[in-house]
Amino acid sequence: MGEEMEVGCARPTGGPVGETSNTLTAQETTPVKEVKSMIQVGKKAPDFVAPAYHQGKFTSVKLSEYLGKWVLLCFYPGDFTFV
Amino acid sequence: MSIDSVFVHKMWNDNELSKMVKGGVPFPMLSDAGGKVGKVFGIFDEEAGVETRGRFIIDPEGVVQGYEVLTPPVGRNIQESMRQVQAFQHVRETKGKEATPSGWRPGKPTLKPGPELVGKVWEVWKTHMAFD
Repeated sequence: MGEEMEVGCARPTGGPVGETSNTLTAQETTPVKEVKSMIQVGKKAPDFVAPAYHQGKFTSVKLSEYLGKWVLLCFYPGDFTFV
Repeated sequence: MSIDSVFVHKMWNDNELSKMVKGGVPFPMLSDAGGKVGKVFGIFDEEAGVETRGRFIIDPEGVVQGYEVLTPPVGRNIQESMRQVQAFQHVRETKGKEATPSGWRPGKPTLKPGPELVGKVWEVWKTHMAFD
């Protein structure tokens, strides 16, 4: 698990690991190419890093830090709903 | 993981979830602003701007063993998710020598795939075993 983060006014963000931020130019030059889901059972899950709230602290979670453990990754539409 | 910020996660946990689960949520609540991670996992709803109910089982090697995706109005079955994790763990422990048929739970018989089993599943596994 990542270290506790300093809290500022900026909203912390994460994202896929290894992705460059020049996606806009890539889209402009290759308009037909669409990168959709790369998820396939039996294949590696894409690594990511994300800000997290855990037991009273703001931390950061990187999926690859959980290698050696089973992970149940759940997405949901929004807080104050159900899972 | 949702598109909500960690600040909203804190509010939800501290003001509501901690009243439902003693000590609050025991695992990290992840924030995915803009759905960047959700897009890579193929579960982000661009039109609504939110993540759908995607659930992924990832093994100790980082390999996706299973997933399930539901639209927002229907909740998941946590017991079924845990059952699947237990089944994948069992298969892993037996190094793939055993398989877990429909409705398997810990304690129920497994199948040992091989030439002797072909056409003989009906002898060792009955349909009622698929149900609890």
